[in-house]
Amino acid sequence: MAGKGRGAQARHHRQVINTDSAAAAKESENVAGGSAWGLEQGVWTLRLEPGWAGTYRDDAALPSALGSGSRVRIDGATLGRWDAGVAAALWSLRERLKQRGLQVELSGLPAGLAEVLLLAQPGDTPREPSAPARPALHRALHEAGLTIAFFGEVLIALTRWLRGRVTVRGVDVLEQLDQTGPRSAPIVLLTCALVGVMLAYMGGAQLERIGAQGFLAGVVTVGMVRELAGLMTGVILAGRVGAAFAAQLATMQAGEEIDALRVLGVDPIAHLVLPRLLALLLMAPALLAFGALVGIASGALPAVLVYGVSAAEYLQQSLRALTATHLWIGLFKGMLYAALVVVAGCREGLHAGRSAQAVGQATTAAVVKALVWIVAAACVTTVAFTAMGY
Amino acid sequence: MRSPLLQVQGLAVTAGGRTIQSGLDFEVRRGEVLVIVGPSGCGKSTLLRHLVGLEQPSAGQVLFDGHDLHRGAEASLAALRRRFGVMFQAGALWSSMSLGENLMLPMRLFSKLDATERERQARFKLALVGLDGGFELMPAQLSGGMRKRAALARALALDPELLMLDEPGSGLDPVNTARLDELVLHLRQYLGTTVVMVTHEIASVFAVADRAVFLDPQERTMTAIGAPQELLAHGPAAVRAFFGRAGAA
Repeated sequence: MAGKGRGAQARHHRQVINTDSAAAAKESENVAGGSAWGLEQGVWTLRLEPGWAGTYRDDAALPSALGSGSRVRIDGATLGRWDAGVAAALWSLRERLKQRGLQVELSGLPAGLAEVLLLAQPGDTPREPSAPARPALHRALHEAGLTIAFFGEVLIALTRWLRGRVTVRGVDVLEQLDQTGPRSAPIVLLTCALVGVMLAYMGGAQLERIGAQGFLAGVVTVGMVRELAGLMTGVILAGRVGAAFAAQLATMQAGEEIDALRVLGVDPIAHLVLPRLLALLLMAPALLAFGALVGIASGALPAVLVYGVSAAEYLQQSLRALTATHLWIGLFKGMLYAALVVVAGCREGLHAGRSAQAVGQATTAAVVKALVWIVAAACVTTVAFTAMGY
Repeated sequence: MRSPLLQVQGLAVTAGGRTIQSGLDFEVRRGEVLVIVGPSGCGKSTLLRHLVGLEQPSAGQVLFDGHDLHRGAEASLAALRRRFGVMFQAGALWSSMSLGENLMLPMRLFSKLDATERERQARFKLALVGLDGGFELMPAQLSGGMRKRAALARALALDPELLMLDEPGSGLDPVNTARLDELVLHLRQYLGTTVVMVTHEIASVFAVADRAVFLDPQERTMTAIGAPQELLAHGPAAVRAFFGRAGAA
């Protein structure tokens, strides 16, 4: 508050306070921007002047003589006009004084202000906002447990379906087939084509150094069929289909649709996860086959145009390299990746929170988990099959 | 008579390309609580979306303090809209933010309050609606009634001249509904806030409304406006039947 006003207020309070001690007189000069503490008839009183709220700060000094249990009065008789800012500042001051154990009495406030402050009384909000956060390791273990349990639930539901104890609506599977297959095919094919070109280009550069360009077709064919077609299909499905599954199911979770199924006694895994799993397992071989074919075909371009391998020789080498072992390993891996995409998407969706933010979190988590799982599975299966001599 | 703050003139309201209400003419006077009432599906909430400028009317206009809410530069329309606070039916709290942040965001964007003052005002407004300890809570941690009250607090963030409430009592128990009604009355009485409230809770209509507008889904227009007691006693048959049946329910 301006110095001139402060001095005037201090002088005014020296006249009204009961200055029975030097300390009290000193406190009376503790003027905090448009207000002044003073002792009036033995009660510490804060007199508020017009414009007080504009300079009020929560850390404004209080008289040191105020101890817990003291009675204080806030006098707003000269406050004049008030608005929400004044009310908020006054409420904040009152709360701060209460927290110090003081008994606060309001007097002389303008019409309406006291009633507004009366409204702002402690409500029923829990003072403890949430349970204490678990340690990171505990959370990670808990999440891993949920995921393993979810894998188990899916396997049980699949077994029940195979034994005819659970029905999956054909229309649901068809709908998911439409969503996952034809709509994913263009991007899977494009990606596999580009990977085929890269593989041939880089493989050719290395083989050319030892004059073994003739093996380029074999490298591309085995690479695409056994590893890369499945891996790229899995990655694309994780981003496109896994994210969609997570978003769909998380939205249903937020809208209590999953709860509605549970209340009816419908198993959400059988009703929502199995159609998606079956659709993707049905569609994965087709996507894999086309992806591998396109990758091998596109690999022919650098082989023929850059490394001087004839088209006929490329085709012949490709067919020679393509064995049943490579085919079933590629198919197994691709279907495994597709299953992982479904499980990651559905697990995150079904365990999502109940808000818009949770839908976003579930979608992101589904994609990240699917990618990590796919790469981990690719590594494990490659090592395992090679170790087994395949 | 108090001057009008909001004037609705020949308004036609559409939803999904279909006109659901037309020929709407009424005004909201400063400091009054006007309730828009009618059976489910009559277009109450859609009308409210037109009143706040979220939807373009197919005919007519809405004037707020003399300014058309649907015509003009977007910046000036946005400035007009900031003079009223809206409480949406489902609360529409931003789920990624705590309650405090929900209240402070509009203050940060559209007021000159410093951070300390923003927090103080946010805490105070939460206290006004009985959520004084909820500053740090996330919307997902709230019960239905608390979410409604938090939404009301956010609608109050910029000290609006006009408060628009869409079904504040829906989904709440009678005690919480009555508590919200009382809060609305206090806000009007002590802060002088003008209130437009959409509801089909007849108890709320009689508790808070100075006047009520009745939207008839068959006639597709408003068929009555006046004090609720007058409408109950002397309104058109459909209005009396609605008030009577709903009141008895």
